[in-house]
Amino acid sequence: MNTLNTTVTSEADVPEEKAIPVQDERPAETVIEEGKTVGTPFADDPKFKLRNVEVFYGEDRAIKNISLDIARNEVIAFIGPSGCGKSTFLRCLNRMNDSIDICRVKGSLQLDEQDIYDSKRDVVELRARVGMVFQKPNPFPKSIYDNVAYGPRIHGLANRKSDLDDIVENSLRKAGLWNEVKDRLDATATGMSGGQQQRLCIARAIAVSPEVVLMDEPCSALDPIATAKVEELIAELSESYTIVIVTHSMQQAARVSHRTAYFHLGHLVEVNETDKVFTSPEHELTESYITGRFG
Amino acid sequence: MQPANLMLLVIAFVVVAYGLGYARSRSLAMPMGGIRHLKSLPFYYGARAALWCGIPALIVLALWAAFQGKVIQLLVIGSLPPDLVPEGAGQASLLLSKISNVASGALPPGFVEAPIAEAAERLQALRAQSRLYMSVLVVAVAVLAGFLGWIRISPKLNARSQVETTLKWIFFACAALAILTTVGIVFSVAFETFRFFQKISFFEFFFGTQWSPQTALRADQVAAEGAFGMVPLFTGTLLISAIAMVVAVPVGLLSAIYLSEYANKRVRGIFKPLLEMLAGIPTVVYGFFAALTVAPFISDFAASLGINASSQSALAAGGVMGIMIIPFVSSLSDDVINAVPQTLRDGSLALGATQSETMKKVIFPAALPGIMGGILLAVSRAIGETMIVVMAAGLAANLTANPLESVTTVTVQIVTLLTGDQEFDSAKTLAAFALGAMLFLATLLLNVIALKIVRKYREQYD
Amino acid sequence: MTDQRSQAELVRQSLKRRYRKERRFRAYGIAAIAIALSALVILFADIIGKGHTAFIKTTVTLEVDIDGEAMYLDDASDERQMKMADFVEPLIRALMKEIPEAGESDRDDVRDLINPYASNQLRDALRENPELLNTTQTMTFLSHTDVDVYVKHAGDASYSIKLNEKQRGWVDALYERGVVDTGFNDVFFSRGDSRDPSRAGILGAIVGSLLTMVVTLALSFPIGVAAAIYLEEFAPQNKLTDFIEVNINNLAAVPSIIFGLLGLAVFINLFGMPRSVPVVGGLVLTLMTLPTIIISSRAAIKSVPPSIREAAEGIGASKMQVVLHHVLPLAMPGMLTGSIIGMAQALGETAPLLLIGMVAFIVDVPDGFFDSATVLPVQVFLWAGSPELAFIERASAAIMVLLTFLIGMNALAIWLRKRLERRW
Repeated sequence: MNTLNTTVTSEADVPEEKAIPVQDERPAETVIEEGKTVGTPFADDPKFKLRNVEVFYGEDRAIKNISLDIARNEVIAFIGPSGCGKSTFLRCLNRMNDSIDICRVKGSLQLDEQDIYDSKRDVVELRARVGMVFQKPNPFPKSIYDNVAYGPRIHGLANRKSDLDDIVENSLRKAGLWNEVKDRLDATATGMSGGQQQRLCIARAIAVSPEVVLMDEPCSALDPIATAKVEELIAELSESYTIVIVTHSMQQAARVSHRTAYFHLGHLVEVNETDKVFTSPEHELTESYITGRFG
Repeated sequence: MQPANLMLLVIAFVVVAYGLGYARSRSLAMPMGGIRHLKSLPFYYGARAALWCGIPALIVLALWAAFQGKVIQLLVIGSLPPDLVPEGAGQASLLLSKISNVASGALPPGFVEAPIAEAAERLQALRAQSRLYMSVLVVAVAVLAGFLGWIRISPKLNARSQVETTLKWIFFACAALAILTTVGIVFSVAFETFRFFQKISFFEFFFGTQWSPQTALRADQVAAEGAFGMVPLFTGTLLISAIAMVVAVPVGLLSAIYLSEYANKRVRGIFKPLLEMLAGIPTVVYGFFAALTVAPFISDFAASLGINASSQSALAAGGVMGIMIIPFVSSLSDDVINAVPQTLRDGSLALGATQSETMKKVIFPAALPGIMGGILLAVSRAIGETMIVVMAAGLAANLTANPLESVTTVTVQIVTLLTGDQEFDSAKTLAAFALGAMLFLATLLLNVIALKIVRKYREQYD
Repeated sequence: MTDQRSQAELVRQSLKRRYRKERRFRAYGIAAIAIALSALVILFADIIGKGHTAFIKTTVTLEVDIDGEAMYLDDASDERQMKMADFVEPLIRALMKEIPEAGESDRDDVRDLINPYASNQLRDALRENPELLNTTQTMTFLSHTDVDVYVKHAGDASYSIKLNEKQRGWVDALYERGVVDTGFNDVFFSRGDSRDPSRAGILGAIVGSLLTMVVTLALSFPIGVAAAIYLEEFAPQNKLTDFIEVNINNLAAVPSIIFGLLGLAVFINLFGMPRSVPVVGGLVLTLMTLPTIIISSRAAIKSVPPSIREAAEGIGASKMQVVLHHVLPLAMPGMLTGSIIGMAQALGETAPLLLIGMVAFIVDVPDGFFDSATVLPVQVFLWAGSPELAFIERASAAIMVLLTFLIGMNALAIWLRKRLERRW
């Protein structure tokens, strides 16, 4: 039941969004052409190579024929009005949609030229390589130490206690949290502030040394100061990780990402260098969105 | 008239009162220019008259029906010749049952002493008289109160608010019945328990290791009153409950986990109701199953291994009780597991944990307090369970931890001591109430703690 | 980067072990469900296996020569003569005729083939129609319980067959010729309890249960609904309300036997109400089921959306009018469902009824709320305690009847919920 509930909460507004007829807002020529993305969706030697991706919730087509490359060590931001499918698309990249019974994914999704949805593909291994940070901070009701050590423990990454201590310390350092919590590693994580919790979740994700970190609106539940800290962290992390971030805030996308992808009603409308998207968008829908005409 | 018939009569009066009240309000409104000049709708005037008529009459009826039996008993006893007047409550109840047997024709009058036969006749006469008085009184009250209510109808009377206030008080009384029930339970066990401790010392009851209420074990005990040490009952109850928990907790918990985390909607839709069927089966059926199928099977099986097992082994009663409790544990665990936020599941899965790792290392620890609360409720249910142990556990109060031996429980002893003829001042009967008091306190304590834990747990994730 | 590579390698190495654990954990879950379900299946199979034969009765059909001389009876309308007359003799003679190999010395063995109450049946027939004297009539009687057991369970080792070799031979022959026959056991459904298993029935217990349930429903439904309305709609936020709620929640978890103690101490000892009667049983079960009904009724009231209330209040309805005209009808299906489930619990309840004396051996079908009675689950308890397997057989059959009622009630509740409950 829970799995279904999440679908409802994260994608509930799909029909509502559909109710806003695109034709009424825009003249007829801006109707989106399926599968056609303006800008530079492709890259050489990409980390993710995604072709003709479609996602269905039961009969509903939530993602409509999207093709996109995500380059190594880039930060790419997904923006768009709520219900446009950006979170759904993100969750395909580490198969988090698997737990939703009615969700089906079509098309070719490759990570390092290996198919993500291959039946022989191992989800556990995939997720160890593609970590994820969620909208709401979700630390486990355990100590700070145990939260960070959770991943390394289940994957058997540390043989000795001292190895594990090192991993925990490094991860917390990378997440910029070490100085704040080093004296209270045994305190429960749920007692921390929202921003600390979110950075802890990032530390938890990078403790298993993933190659990619997916972030689903990581700052939407945080105050501006905490948001600034997380954004700083993203910039630092981009040196060693590929980061895909879904965000509601265009300013955030502008601040942290190298490239920006604009989603609209399940279509990928435009992908371009972030500067370009925000200064001279090619597509009219992108322009109306960033100028605040809807969304 | 029988109370049931009288009740129908009162209802008929109530209907008539409603009609009269309705009509009167209309006829009062007529000269004023219609019912819109009334303070309330005619319906409320009718309802008000009906309440005036019905409530006092029903209260009189209920009180009379409740107390007539006792009053008649006292009158009959009081009229007996002095040499027959019973000495204690025990004798009185024996005598009374004799008299009422004669009165109901179950015992021919020729078989008893003349005064008893006379008392029986007197009993019959008093009963007839009581019915007559009751009928007259109830009818009189209904008519009089109904008339008073009817005559006071006037256009300015706010009948609606009166009716609504009365209804509200009736609703309140219904809710307050819960308090009355608790008070009733507390008083009915407390009173007799108090009398029990006047006969038997606290120390013997709580620390005595011999339980044998029917026969005297030592010379210094009161004649035909045995030993009242509840330790063996206590341990017996715990042994059987522990066995039940050993069966119910893993099976219930694991099936709840499987159904909520692994099974798809269709599988859950089939198996959940099937599991819940186990909860709908009456306990007497489980008792039957335990006593006649499981217990013989266990003792035969043990015998084939060369082990000696009682034909009323604690294992049989406890095991079957465990089966009964499975759905209880599983549905409580299911609630608790589902209350763990989905974000924790996602968080763990996104780190590459398998489902079982997520379950064991994240969800289960998070749900543990709630599950503990559920288990405490299940324990309270196990120690209060009666029929299975009455049918499948023994009567012998053995102090043992061997599940293949026969033990007895608190509930078994309550039933044994209180079925059949009782004398209300013997330590034996009073002991049953003392055991009842212990049982009530123990389950109350467990429930309060468990509910508190569960509530706290729920708040944590709300 | 190398760090990430080596980590990925470590993860890959751990997979096999972890998936093995995963499979094991999943298997535990399946095993748990299998255990619970097999317990259910075994329970049902056991009860049906033990009880299905109780629905079959064994009869003996005889050509009875109602010979007045042999019965010391020359006028069947004379009650004094009827009392003295020998109604066994014609039966024995009729049986002897069917068993030519039986001699005079076998009279007792022959007599023991037919039910001891068969002579009463003959007497009642004569009483009704005195003309039958000195005629020959074809009459069907119940067999002796021992014959019944032999016919139904000859190959079953758990039953001890009490007939001797000679009798078995006779019964086999009679069965072949159709004199001894089996048929649907209508006796089981049309009589009260009896010391003779063949004549024991559950009608008395069913009627007792019905009367008790009528009392329980008539009291607990209105009181429960009223209490729920009060707590949901009218109760102020204060200590008293909290106390009522705490009481209700605790009463819901108090062992049922405690309610029996309450009934014994209050209804019987304090109020002097009679023992073993449906009214007292109904009162006790009312107190026991009330918490269930209140809790489910409250849930039903809660599920009525506030918009309905606001709409009604908006046009000037009083609080009571809103509740009685709008909330109550909409909550009714949920309340009914909860009450049916509460009634099903009460119908299966045994322990508290033992304490208020509903365990008496009662032959007559009760004819009123103040008449001594027993109920179905107590009847099961009484028969289950008997050493005679023929009673165990009937206890199982009574369980089957009880479970049928319960399944029917639950099905009704589910149907009601599906049919009437709205989704908001």
